[in-house]
Amino acid sequence: MKNFTLATYLAIKEVVRNRGRFFLVALVIALITLLVLFIAALGEGLANGNRQYVANLDAQLVVFLEKSDYIISSSRLETNTARSIRRVEGVDDAGAVYTSSTEIVSLPEPLKVSLLGAEPGRPGMPPVVAGREFRSGEARETVIDQQVAFRSGIQIGDVIEIRSTQGVDDEFFELKVVGLVSGQSYFFQPTIFVPPSTWEKIRPQSDSELSSDTPFPNIVAVRLTDPSQADMMMTRLVERVPNIEVTDIETTINNIPGYSAQQGTVQAQGFFTLLIGILVIGGFFQIQILQKVPQIGVLKAIGSSNGMVGLSAVIQIIIVTALGVGIGGGLTYLFSLGFPPTIPLVFNGARSLIAVALLLSIGPVGGMVSIIYAVRIEPLKALRLG
Amino acid sequence: MSNIALEVRDLVKSFSLDGATIQAVDNVSFQVRSGEFVALVGPSGSGKTTLLSILAALLSPTSGQVLIDGQDLAKMNERERVKLRREKIGFTFQSNNLIPFLTARENVEYMLRLNGALNHGSRIRSDELLARLGLAERLHNLPAQMSGGQQQRVAIARALIHNPAVVLADEPTASLDTERAFQVVETFANLIHENGRAGIIVTHDLRMCQFVDRVLQMRDGKLVRIIEDKNEILEFAGAAVH
Ligand SMILES: Nc1ncnc2c1ncn2[C@@H]1O[C@H](COP(=O)(O)OP(=O)(O)OP(=O)(O)O)[C@@H](O)[C@H]1O
Ligand SMILES: [Mg+2]
Repeated sequence: MKNFTLATYLAIKEVVRNRGRFFLVALVIALITLLVLFIAALGEGLANGNRQYVANLDAQLVVFLEKSDYIISSSRLETNTARSIRRVEGVDDAGAVYTSSTEIVSLPEPLKVSLLGAEPGRPGMPPVVAGREFRSGEARETVIDQQVAFRSGIQIGDVIEIRSTQGVDDEFFELKVVGLVSGQSYFFQPTIFVPPSTWEKIRPQSDSELSSDTPFPNIVAVRLTDPSQADMMMTRLVERVPNIEVTDIETTINNIPGYSAQQGTVQAQGFFTLLIGILVIGGFFQIQILQKVPQIGVLKAIGSSNGMVGLSAVIQIIIVTALGVGIGGGLTYLFSLGFPPTIPLVFNGARSLIAVALLLSIGPVGGMVSIIYAVRIEPLKALRLG
Repeated sequence: MSNIALEVRDLVKSFSLDGATIQAVDNVSFQVRSGEFVALVGPSGSGKTTLLSILAALLSPTSGQVLIDGQDLAKMNERERVKLRREKIGFTFQSNNLIPFLTARENVEYMLRLNGALNHGSRIRSDELLARLGLAERLHNLPAQMSGGQQQRVAIARALIHNPAVVLADEPTASLDTERAFQVVETFANLIHENGRAGIIVTHDLRMCQFVDRVLQMRDGKLVRIIEDKNEILEFAGAAVH
């Protein structure tokens, strides 16, 4: 306890009396913090853009075509699969989901969107936050993501026009916007939802597909009566319904094309930024400790223990790192206020917290060598260096 | 009779450098009593700093024995040596004495903190000691804001404040002008005598010997002469003036 008090006293005195130097280091840590937090936020934002729709599904299980490797775009189920699934006991409800993408052209700048077909009131169709759901059947009605509305100025009641390539020709379809949903980005694009039959008519398709009017769902979202029975239900579904494979939401997300690779890239960037941080901090404290050899020699020669001197070095590094991370966090917050909403930054994720924890550890990790060095300095150095 | 604070028996320290062996301290024996102030003189390289380092438990001797307050340094582990340095020894170094980020007062008080003895009374003693060494106006100066001599005086205060048994000063007057040097060594001598410490001062300036009770002269690691007679000491110190 006495050691701790004394170590803290020394650490604080040194920082305060050399505030300029230590502030500069804290600033470097602050900039690294800024960078790491932005990378984390970008990772979270990109992940959201990719998985949001799937992550927000009101379902526990996702049904794919057998051997589709849980890849949504390679899975095409029989039309009546959803109905068969609904009949299995333990299933509360199941909804077919049809995915495609298109472009809204009735805007000054065309906007790429994901075109999703879903059944009103069933899993797969997110809750409407404004307006109403579309009618089933072939209604030329759509419910759009707030992001789309926000970016394009489209409002409920407007009629939008989409372009879709049918065979070799471009065709245009008009859809009436009847409602809004929120947070439903899929495959990096905001989404618009239409009824399955409408989806089959207006989605881009090749010549060979044009002949058929039956929509084949990509996946079926399954809501269970008892979500804790998910594992058992996976097996049961595969047994009862032919030609399917079943998995959970998480696996579905990880298998969205590019999702894992992209997250890996972002994480690697964050990791290397942290590594640079560790090296910078380590370098600074190492140089500083080399300059402080005589001073540490004196401390020890007059009776300070190795442990106390080492502890003081640790406390000092923690103070400076915490200061830097604090400043960096503040800067990140200020910058984030001024960022355009089109850049996918999400700060409130667990990622930001993990990033902060990692950042706080870069000081002690980087300074490790210098701490060990400080502990090993012989008190005799007080006399033989001068 | 006052007790023996420091006893050195047959002390040897040799260094091996490139195959050659240097006898930095060569079979040295002496005693210093509490309340006795001793000068250690000798040409550069004669082994004064090496001897002091061994006395302060900073360096292990090749052979021989050192007893401080009756305790044998060789029988102590590192932890006990740290405790000994903190409690029983006061030290001023040839250079780089002070903690650069602590003020004069804080440097002295650090010694009290180390010993868990910082309180209202010891604070006042610390300021008084600094004032006696002519530093009343410098309490809040950092080492970088003081002259070399002022720093040496702060170091002397630090070496005395915790009432150590033995005070070791390696050339404390090296960076002082003659007038200041006399003043400092006289004050140093008085403090040693008043408080009953055993003091050893290393100096190149033989005139400083007029304030000590005994002179130990070293050459090539050997103790070649011991002057104990007061008149002889004054003569030795005076001889240097001419
Ligand atoms: N670590 C060491 N390794 C090798 N030789 C050393 C070491 N330390 C001291 N010496 C040698 O021991 C001898 C005594 O050195 P010391 O520093 O004790 O002399 P000194 O009397 O204090 O000299 P000065 O008056 O110049 O301070 C010198 O020859 C020196 O080179
Ligand atoms: Mg010397």
